[in-house]
Amino acid sequence: MKNRRTFIQQSAAAASTLAFPLIGGAQPAAVKIGVLHPVTGALAFSGQQCREGALMAIEDINKSGGLKGLGGAKIDAVLGDAQSQPQVGAAEVEKMNEAGVASVLGAYASAICLATTQAAAKYNLPHVVDVGVADQIVQRGLKNTFRFGPGYGVCAQVAMVNLHVLNTVAGKPAKTVMIIHEESLFGTGTANLLARELPGFGFEVKEVIKHANPTRDFNNIVLRMKALNPDIVIPANYYNEYALLVRTMQQQKVAPKAIYSVLGGAASSFKFLKEFPDAANGIIDCNHWFNPKDKRALDLRKRVEAKNLFFTYEIFNTYTAMMFLADAIHRAKSTDRAAINAALAGSTFSDHFMPYGPTKMVDGQNTGAQPLMTQVLGGDIKVIIPREYRQAEPVFPMKG
Amino acid sequence: MLDFDILFPSLLNGLTTGAVYALVALGLTLIYGVLHIINFAHGASLMLALYGVYLLNTRLGWDPYLALPVMVAGMFALGYALQRGVINRASHGKDENILLVTLGLAIVMENLALLAFSADTRSIDTPYTLRTVEIPSPFGAGPAMIAAPKLIAFGGALAVAALLLWIVKRTDLGRAIRAVAKEKQGAKLMGIDVEHVYAMSFGIGLACLGAAACFLLPAYYVNPQVGSGFVLVAFTIVVLGGMGSFSGALLGGLLIGVVESIGGLLLGDSLGQVGIYLIFIAVLLLRPQGLFGDRA
Repeated sequence: MKNRRTFIQQSAAAASTLAFPLIGGAQPAAVKIGVLHPVTGALAFSGQQCREGALMAIEDINKSGGLKGLGGAKIDAVLGDAQSQPQVGAAEVEKMNEAGVASVLGAYASAICLATTQAAAKYNLPHVVDVGVADQIVQRGLKNTFRFGPGYGVCAQVAMVNLHVLNTVAGKPAKTVMIIHEESLFGTGTANLLARELPGFGFEVKEVIKHANPTRDFNNIVLRMKALNPDIVIPANYYNEYALLVRTMQQQKVAPKAIYSVLGGAASSFKFLKEFPDAANGIIDCNHWFNPKDKRALDLRKRVEAKNLFFTYEIFNTYTAMMFLADAIHRAKSTDRAAINAALAGSTFSDHFMPYGPTKMVDGQNTGAQPLMTQVLGGDIKVIIPREYRQAEPVFPMKG
Repeated sequence: MLDFDILFPSLLNGLTTGAVYALVALGLTLIYGVLHIINFAHGASLMLALYGVYLLNTRLGWDPYLALPVMVAGMFALGYALQRGVINRASHGKDENILLVTLGLAIVMENLALLAFSADTRSIDTPYTLRTVEIPSPFGAGPAMIAAPKLIAFGGALAVAALLLWIVKRTDLGRAIRAVAKEKQGAKLMGIDVEHVYAMSFGIGLACLGAAACFLLPAYYVNPQVGSGFVLVAFTIVVLGGMGSFSGALLGGLLIGVVESIGGLLLGDSLGQVGIYLIFIAVLLLRPQGLFGDRA
């Protein structure tokens, strides 16, 4: 039980902290932003990377004078953990709404984003999607949902067109394709798009196989691959499964003409490259990537690596998405939800290091966003397509 | 398109997985055979054992196979203490109480693991995780590539099963266990310490899990829910082989492993498990006492 003296002391302390901003006068109240990611569970690695990216962006914004449109207000991150489950993500949005956040940034996986954006929509709470590539996320007419990066429709299209080009230039050595995808919204949606469109580019889709998260044994899938002997293997899955699939292929000595990933979880990951350089060699990926010629990206990479972390797409995507959100709040000059939504919808944000065209939001999607094509060559991840960002000539097909 | 090039490796894969299933099922069937209780905490205990191996590997740098004696001894002690200190005391001799106590233990264990380790899926990396062994095919097709940890798990599981059979058939403890399982009162009258035999059986049942965990982790993963997947399969194997039958559990485990693997190959990983339950239903319909069970 509190005695009278401690009560008086605590009240005095509380009163002085409350009074301090009034006396100081200059410091406006911090703006709360929900930072929601699957930091535990099957997607923990990616979720933690995302959180790191968001927090680094907030650190940079706060250091450089806060949100100028709000008199230099600082951003205060309200952290949430979706535990790799959509329903937990939705529950976290409810909590964040109660906590009075001005906006939510998250929530990495498509299936989780689908739930969190909808939960936020009930309160007209602005929700910026950092990765969540499923196009359904921005196709449900939600007025609070905005995605700065590309969706899987654009990524699959870019990947297929470029596969066709690479194959044609090489004299059409590849004719058959096998697609291996994870079972949730992202993998299934991407695989469906590819399976439907690839025949139009002259490829026969031999088989589409889905697997659960987590999967710890890819032997059966790789044995099927051995039986079907496809020219090209297209994986669309998250980091752990991607890594295991490629390692099992190596183990079973399955070497297709190309491993051509569309949003491959580990295909263009410095983590995978460092841990399994042999397995990673030659892998092509169509994925989120930074402008390799932008100094800001390279500086951020150095800072990330100084923290002993890998500079993966989760980090730079979420970093940029937070910058995009902060820019909108700055322009809205208010934490009013409708004002922030309007500012996001009308965004022309250009102060970033992603290789995008001019920012233009259509139904919550940035139409300027695009993926890049990368390939693991000589122990590094190099941009191969498009030409304006090219660091190395593509190698296709790989020695089969 | 399905030739022996593919079928043979898949068969071997199934056998290696099945051996570990069998090891988990052996512990379960021993506990059932003697104590006549269905241990719902079996999956959670396996999960604890996997975390034990994980901690020994990541904190102390122990190779999972070298951790085997420690894990077996540790899990045995845990089982002995659990049976004597918790299950036996809380059950007051009623079977339905035991059921609920083991269920409660499972919930407590899983949530403690959630608290201590979070929901993350963890795995360990050993130098031999990706090593493969080529096994020539007897059908004249190409050789099969089997992951070294799975092959070791296969050999290890069979060795542990043989040891367990030897204990049960040839030692005084084994005779006591069989006596208690058959006729509790009679065993008591012959001077057998029934409480001790109960606790020993529970301890040995969990020690099997300690061994299974050491063989599993190099090629598998651990999270707080990992046990549930195994316990369902283990129950199926125990019923399939005949409740309380050791050879039944061993062969049932191998059979389930092969059916799962070949089913996964033919029908895809998500639908492949259908085969297990088809066999299960067929056995229940045609031979309800199980493949090796005594007619009750």
